[in-house]
Amino acid sequence: MVATTETINQVKTTTDKYKYGFSTEIEVDKAPKGLNEDIIRFISQKKDEPKWMLDWRLEAFKKWKRMEKPNWAKVSFPDIDFQDIYYYAAPKSKKKLNSLDEVDPELLKTYEKLGIPLNEQKMLAGVAVDAVFDSVSVATTFREKLSEVGVIFCPISEAIINHPDLVKKYIGSVVPVTDNYYTALNSAVFTDGSFVYIPKGVKCPMELSTYFRINEKNTGQFERTLIIAEDEGYVSYLEGCTAPQRDENQLHAAVVELVAMNKSQIKYSTVQNWYPGDEKGKGGIYNFVTKRGKCLGENSKISWTQVETGSSITWKYPSCILMGDNSIGEFYSVAITNNAQQADTGTKMIHIGKNTKSTIISKGISAGKSQNTYRGQVQIQKSAYNARNFTQCDSLLIGDTCSAHTVPYINQHVSNAKVEHEATTSKISEEQLFYCMQRGLDAEQATSMIVNGFCKEVMKELPMEFAVEAQKLIGISLEGSVG
Amino acid sequence: MPILEIKNAELSIDNKKILKGLSLSVNEGETHAIMGPNGSGKSTLSYMLAGRDGYELDNGSITFDNIDLTLLSPDERSNLGLFLAFQYPVELPGVSSTNFLREIFNSRKKYLGENELSHLDFIKYLRKVAENLSIKDEMLKRYVNFGFSGGEKKRFEILQMALLNPKISVLDETDSGLDVDALKIVSEGVNNLKDKKNAVVVITHYQRLLDYIKPDIVHIMSDGKIIKSGDADLALYVEKNGYSEILNEKS
Ligand SMILES: Nc1ncnc2c1ncn2[C@@H]1O[C@H](COP(=O)(O)OP(=O)(O)OP(=O)(O)O)[C@@H](O)[C@H]1O
Ligand SMILES: [Mg+2]
Repeated sequence: MVATTETINQVKTTTDKYKYGFSTEIEVDKAPKGLNEDIIRFISQKKDEPKWMLDWRLEAFKKWKRMEKPNWAKVSFPDIDFQDIYYYAAPKSKKKLNSLDEVDPELLKTYEKLGIPLNEQKMLAGVAVDAVFDSVSVATTFREKLSEVGVIFCPISEAIINHPDLVKKYIGSVVPVTDNYYTALNSAVFTDGSFVYIPKGVKCPMELSTYFRINEKNTGQFERTLIIAEDEGYVSYLEGCTAPQRDENQLHAAVVELVAMNKSQIKYSTVQNWYPGDEKGKGGIYNFVTKRGKCLGENSKISWTQVETGSSITWKYPSCILMGDNSIGEFYSVAITNNAQQADTGTKMIHIGKNTKSTIISKGISAGKSQNTYRGQVQIQKSAYNARNFTQCDSLLIGDTCSAHTVPYINQHVSNAKVEHEATTSKISEEQLFYCMQRGLDAEQATSMIVNGFCKEVMKELPMEFAVEAQKLIGISLEGSVG
Repeated sequence: MPILEIKNAELSIDNKKILKGLSLSVNEGETHAIMGPNGSGKSTLSYMLAGRDGYELDNGSITFDNIDLTLLSPDERSNLGLFLAFQYPVELPGVSSTNFLREIFNSRKKYLGENELSHLDFIKYLRKVAENLSIKDEMLKRYVNFGFSGGEKKRFEILQMALLNPKISVLDETDSGLDVDALKIVSEGVNNLKDKKNAVVVITHYQRLLDYIKPDIVHIMSDGKIIKSGDADLALYVEKNGYSEILNEKS
């Protein structure tokens, strides 16, 4: 069972457009296609999971079977055949790895090529990485250094075994199993993802980052991430994602849960660059993701920053439940769609505690024939005395064949709360393009410059090391949209 | 040898003829001034030269160093060494001035096959060039032209000119909006860039600028054509008597 062969040529032709479109030849362990209780038992057994975890999965599966696919988002795609997907694929390794040196060199090369060296010496100083390849975590760097201060950063499959109490307490506590169709599916079949625990009073000494890679054909990636910050803890976490260029669509249905205690802060950044499909809309990842954070403690803060450039369909609403008094939720988003891509993304801010504050800044950029929808909900519950929200949604259109939509829902049940919403739609101006080109920048450089300017408020929220990457990515994903 | 040669250029916008057979020839080392009433087509001429979308010739030709310009995109023309200081510089919200300048500078270096400067080296170089134009560091931290005063915008145009070191520069009313001191600084900046190999075309309404940037030839433009050319004295004449006599002479 070997994945498709990668040739130098393939890499070369794909790098022009989608730089990460190559696949890796590596021996894999796969479960048979399709989904039933046996597959779930298989996954659970592969991971040496305790019984409670298996039971939780089976329960989720039962519920999933009775659920309906959501259809309210402004995206359209052919029905997904859930029996035609592999739910488990893992690089074959002979034994348990004790150190990074034992990771399959092919895998190390893959990550090297993706610009994520897993070798600690070569790494960006100050960033610890967990690399998830198809269904399993293949390497986590800087673990010892982190554990010196009590920070746990490991694959969730390990956390289930080594820190069962924490996992049991929090898994599903922010995103209930039956929150929606894909969360139930994920709960049944999730394979790996990251686990982060920041103990009381600890400021995590480095950026944590997970790098997701789908390699295998017809394989779904169902990762699950859980981050907990105890009182006065702080962590900045970043996820990045890519997938090979393939003709068929692949499903990615992740669940991310964040829990922030008193005065703690979690900053979660995403640079999503799954394969978007070709110009005509063939292939690409279906990115159906549920991300939610709970500000459980007073004065806690959760910030979501996302730069979404990939996937053929994105369906994603990173949200905050602001329970603790004075807690703060933030959502900064750049969503770029080109060619036939469709994105329906936004956030939900649920104000429960007193004096809770939320800020939403969304920048949608559409080019080609793409569809880009911002869907946001601000809910001020009765208890949310003096709550505040500010929302700003700006859309930028490139060309005449794309479209942008803004769908805000505001439910306000308190009279002294203040909710502000601003929205603009503009076209990339000929005047600005001409000005830049007069200075010698070509149409693509000029567009990328202007678009990056348009996204500035969001980009400045990204950790430094990734802002530069994200800027380049914006340029790449708009290639061919002008001139 | 002419760097720039425009022959019988005709151009219309929205089916309205704006340029009606304009010819202009600029040689290496020369400074030209173009004056003319509002709406006579001066800015249109500058956009046509720079290759703006919608400003294509109906008739006539433009060559630059013997290359047919009409086939080239704005960036290709810029790469050849054509620079336009805009009458109304365009704001680029969110784009930091320093980054923008570094990008255009390095892209020019790349085109010329010269070494690009690292971030730090560029900053050092930029500081020096900016200082000569009395542009403060603080301004370079702001977004391109965003919230700049009229005079700041004009100075920022000349800063870009200095970084790109073009072969021919068209300065469209760069003097308007400048205070007396700034006018002097900007003019000195332009003069310092001047050598035997390049050329400058200044579009202006005021003789004042020409006290600093001394033109070899002054053209009067009216209704889409150059109707009279002469030496620097022609500008003095216009300053004193206005356009009416020259216009009447022609009709
Ligand atoms: N986009 C346009 N649509 C219609 N008419 C235009 C357009 N652009 C320019 N014009 C017209 O073309 C003529 C020439 O304009 P242009 O801006 O070139 O004049 P100018 O000589 O630069 O004037 P000024 O001294 O006021 O700067 C004017 O009558 C103007 O109204
Ligand atoms: Mg003008």
